[in-house]
Amino acid sequence: MLNIEINGKPFEAKEGETILEAVRRAGVAVPTLCYLEGLAPTGACRICVVEVEGMPNLIPSCSYPVGNNMKIHTHSARAVRARKTIVELLLADHPDDCLYCVRNQKCDLQTLAADLGVRDQRYGGEKSTWKEDLSSPSILRDPNKCILCGKCVRVCEEIQKVAAIDFIGRGSRTHIGTAFDEGLNVSSCINCGQCILACPTGALRERTYIKEVVAALSNPNLVPVVSHAPAISVTLGEEFGLPAGTDVDGVMVAALRALGFKYVFDTSFTADLTIMEEGSELVHRVSNNGKLPMLTSCSPGWIKFVEEFYPDFIPNVSTCKSPQQMMGAIIKSFFAERMKLDPKQIYSVSIMPCTAKKFEASRPEMMNNDVPDIDAVLTTRELAQLFRMRGMDLKNFQPEAADTPFGERTTAGKIFGASGGVMEAAIRSAYFLITKKELGDLNVEAVRGLEGRKEARVNIDGLDVGVAVVSGLGNAAKLLDEIRAGRNDLHFIEVMTCPGGCIAGGGQPLETDKAAIRERMKGLYKLDAEGPKRTSHSNEYVQRLYEEFLVKPLGEKSHHLLHTHYAKREVML
Amino acid sequence: MTTETMVESDIAAILNNYPDAKRDALIPLLQEVQEKVGYLSREAVVKIGEHLNLPASKIYGVATFYNQFRFKPLGKYHVQVCRGTACHVKGSINVLSAVKQALNVSPGDTTRDGLFSLEVVACLGACGLAPVITVNGEFFAGMTPSKAEKIIRDIRKEAGVQ
Repeated sequence: MLNIEINGKPFEAKEGETILEAVRRAGVAVPTLCYLEGLAPTGACRICVVEVEGMPNLIPSCSYPVGNNMKIHTHSARAVRARKTIVELLLADHPDDCLYCVRNQKCDLQTLAADLGVRDQRYGGEKSTWKEDLSSPSILRDPNKCILCGKCVRVCEEIQKVAAIDFIGRGSRTHIGTAFDEGLNVSSCINCGQCILACPTGALRERTYIKEVVAALSNPNLVPVVSHAPAISVTLGEEFGLPAGTDVDGVMVAALRALGFKYVFDTSFTADLTIMEEGSELVHRVSNNGKLPMLTSCSPGWIKFVEEFYPDFIPNVSTCKSPQQMMGAIIKSFFAERMKLDPKQIYSVSIMPCTAKKFEASRPEMMNNDVPDIDAVLTTRELAQLFRMRGMDLKNFQPEAADTPFGERTTAGKIFGASGGVMEAAIRSAYFLITKKELGDLNVEAVRGLEGRKEARVNIDGLDVGVAVVSGLGNAAKLLDEIRAGRNDLHFIEVMTCPGGCIAGGGQPLETDKAAIRERMKGLYKLDAEGPKRTSHSNEYVQRLYEEFLVKPLGEKSHHLLHTHYAKREVML
Repeated sequence: MTTETMVESDIAAILNNYPDAKRDALIPLLQEVQEKVGYLSREAVVKIGEHLNLPASKIYGVATFYNQFRFKPLGKYHVQVCRGTACHVKGSINVLSAVKQALNVSPGDTTRDGLFSLEVVACLGACGLAPVITVNGEFFAGMTPSKAEKIIRDIRKEAGVQ
């Protein structure tokens, strides 16, 4: 323990922690722009400077270890003046277009300028002009708004092990870009959008499809259909002032109908369907000496990562399409047939916590006779924007049920939204598929939680099955390296691109932090604990879909509609 | 052997001299490759990245920090325009813009026909001759925009005759 003084009050600091960590634990708010919880500090932005008695210079608190008897002044006149000057200098080379900015009112730079009372432009001069990178189907970059904090670079390299972007150039020509300054679309970028969540300004944003969706909703010749991902209902409420983890399923369905969607479905239904297909695939691989361990295929950022960095593992990846694409495929086949609609008449929208889903929907593998299975993907943020645009507040709606047949879900499909959920749902149903009996205790605690890697051994009828759950692609890469090096005790691995799973996806509200992610996860498992149906194989409508259309898991129709194959992707790594 | 495979074997030979190299070998490696091949190609960046276990974006980031690295092959005629203090005082900014316009490329770039490449340098150590440009190492003193344009025109003519 170290005895320090923060703004005149004694405080016990921990050995080895930084000044910033200590003052924040003491409940004192020191602003930061480049600080990233859990990663090594870089001290790039200097916004967190504090005054320490006896030290001649201001100290960047994020990167300076706390010392015994330190007397720290976090908001001395000198420290505050320095912060204000830094913000003024950043603004000197920043476009003054807050009104038009996607981050308006959600921007760290704007908040700082307001808090510090910046009221005029103290530094004039020429501003940098950069071309926007509009090449990606998922993520758009505007280097003009970039303050070079480097958070996106560090998230991409250290959390995701992708390193698609880095600092390029020197001095006033420094900017963030890909190797050889090419478009993100041809880079190794996996479209996960974690950089968007990390960005303190409007330099990174998703490609929005609101305009297209609005146009489709008002086109009398189209039948607009929507499906929402498992993680949406426990997150969307935050955009309307509800606490993180509040389930807004029913009111969201009502609001989606009020927008003009003719049919509202639940992607958790196809999550259940995924479990039937993927569980059967796993059983098939285990009993036919197939390629093991099998890797899940729900997370499109992870799929692109395998194609680029670990193509030797492509045979291990499940051939199942993701729940989004399964939904798209059955809407434009079975549903279209039943409703006597031309698939081209249907405009299929999915609401996703994810920017990579936009890329996934545009993949050539995800078309049927040149008709895309999913026409547009909106993130949680975009849906909230669309509701606000129409003057709709979730709090003013009465809950409604989703439409049959794809609105029925079990809570096994619902927990897909959290890291470990796919695994837990798969274990519940694989046990049933193999033994024809239900698992005694449906809770598989070992695979729950926010840790980057979770492992368990499951006994299914005498068969010892090794499973692992990883989220954050850095964690996935580590595990794959172990397997490359000869590890062979695992049968099934769930991989989610974003740390914590879809509840922490790149399309989630910009305020997403660890506490919010934890609450969203709790929200999902609460639904599961209360759910009347907790196993995917008990989804009546999934069973009926097999009886009336698909025939059986891994059957010919499934093969054609619900499965696909991936190939090595050549990009600069 | 095609030029491509020649370049590939050149790079491989350089990398072979750095077994078990770590990231601190990056800059010497970039220098050697550029020395041998004339510029840093995509292939070279990827190969160096594989060797050092560094992402291509990082290598490009480091290389663009320094003026010495280029990412396009040199032209048949490499033009250096001095923008050092003495040359600046004697009006080298106008010489540079004339050369840029005549070649229609930015510094660091190579013309489409591969005839010229343009580089801006900080000082050529010939301040007495300011403003100075060089073409393939040959110095041209007391430049004006029109003199520089003529030099380029003459080279074009000569290349056209050849």
